[in-house]
Amino acid sequence: MDLKGFDHPGRPGGSGPRSVKVMIAGGFGTGKTTMVRSVSDIKPLTTEETLTQASADVDHLIGVADKTQTTVSLDFGKISLNDSLMLYLFGTPGQERFWFLWNGLFKGALGAVVLVDTRRLASSFRAIEEMERQNVPFVVALNVFPDSKDYPVEEIRDALDIPEHIPVVACDARDRASSRDVLVALIRHLQARSAVALESR
Amino acid sequence: MSAPRRSTNPSGLERYYVLTKGRSGPGGSASSLDVATLIVSRTSPVPGMQHEHEEILRRCRDPLSVAELGAHLGLPFNILAVLLTDLLEAGHVEARDPIPAHHAGRGPDLALLEEVLSGLERL
Repeated sequence: MDLKGFDHPGRPGGSGPRSVKVMIAGGFGTGKTTMVRSVSDIKPLTTEETLTQASADVDHLIGVADKTQTTVSLDFGKISLNDSLMLYLFGTPGQERFWFLWNGLFKGALGAVVLVDTRRLASSFRAIEEMERQNVPFVVALNVFPDSKDYPVEEIRDALDIPEHIPVVACDARDRASSRDVLVALIRHLQARSAVALESR
Repeated sequence: MSAPRRSTNPSGLERYYVLTKGRSGPGGSASSLDVATLIVSRTSPVPGMQHEHEEILRRCRDPLSVAELGAHLGLPFNILAVLLTDLLEAGHVEARDPIPAHHAGRGPDLALLEEVLSGLERL
């Protein structure tokens, strides 16, 4: 193994194992874990982070905030892209307020998929806002549930106030090929962004 | 997706305290560990090593992400990060961070995106 290559992860042509990560975000119950499960090579696993938060109750006698421990779970899966490159997919915790507590959750990610349940558009507002705030490139995937009405994509783009340059695609998160196509849409979006960035230099 | 929950199991917290010898968070080389960082053993377990350190070295003969390691060992990320710091500092393991789409000052990594794309298209 080229150990020197280890010190320079991401060096083109570097040998040895490499990984990339993509976040699957969206409101509670939009199908994040379903998508991870359908497209992963392995049975999805769960990893946890114990977060320490100052609680609302402050003990004035001692003058220190009481700390509470909260456990946040991430469901994840992986796809072997080739012999040396692994794609890890992480479903974000359903409660967006925990995202910023998990330091660096989105750092180093190629980008994110924001899943939207068209029957409950509002449930993914927060996720879209967070991606924009944290400057994470993303695509929006409308998870078409069996009893979803057939909404035109543009209507949903308007309703969620999604900018023109961000792709909105429909998918069935239970289906491997369909979930794969969403990931392909994300990578193509990243390529298009890169092309724009290179042109504007 | 499970909702965040309060830890109600004090014996779990005590276990973590013992495992980490009371250290609460990683500093130094492990503070940059990511859930998708790959860990690879560089040495075999040595006699007298803490059980969890041995277990990590055994499981990481082939590269394993921090997230997978945490799931297999039943340890939360921050506790595992403390244990990994010990192993990194002693040179027992190597850590390889996930590759971002952009490298600071070097622009987008188009070759990487192309590689990811062709991998996905083969699925």
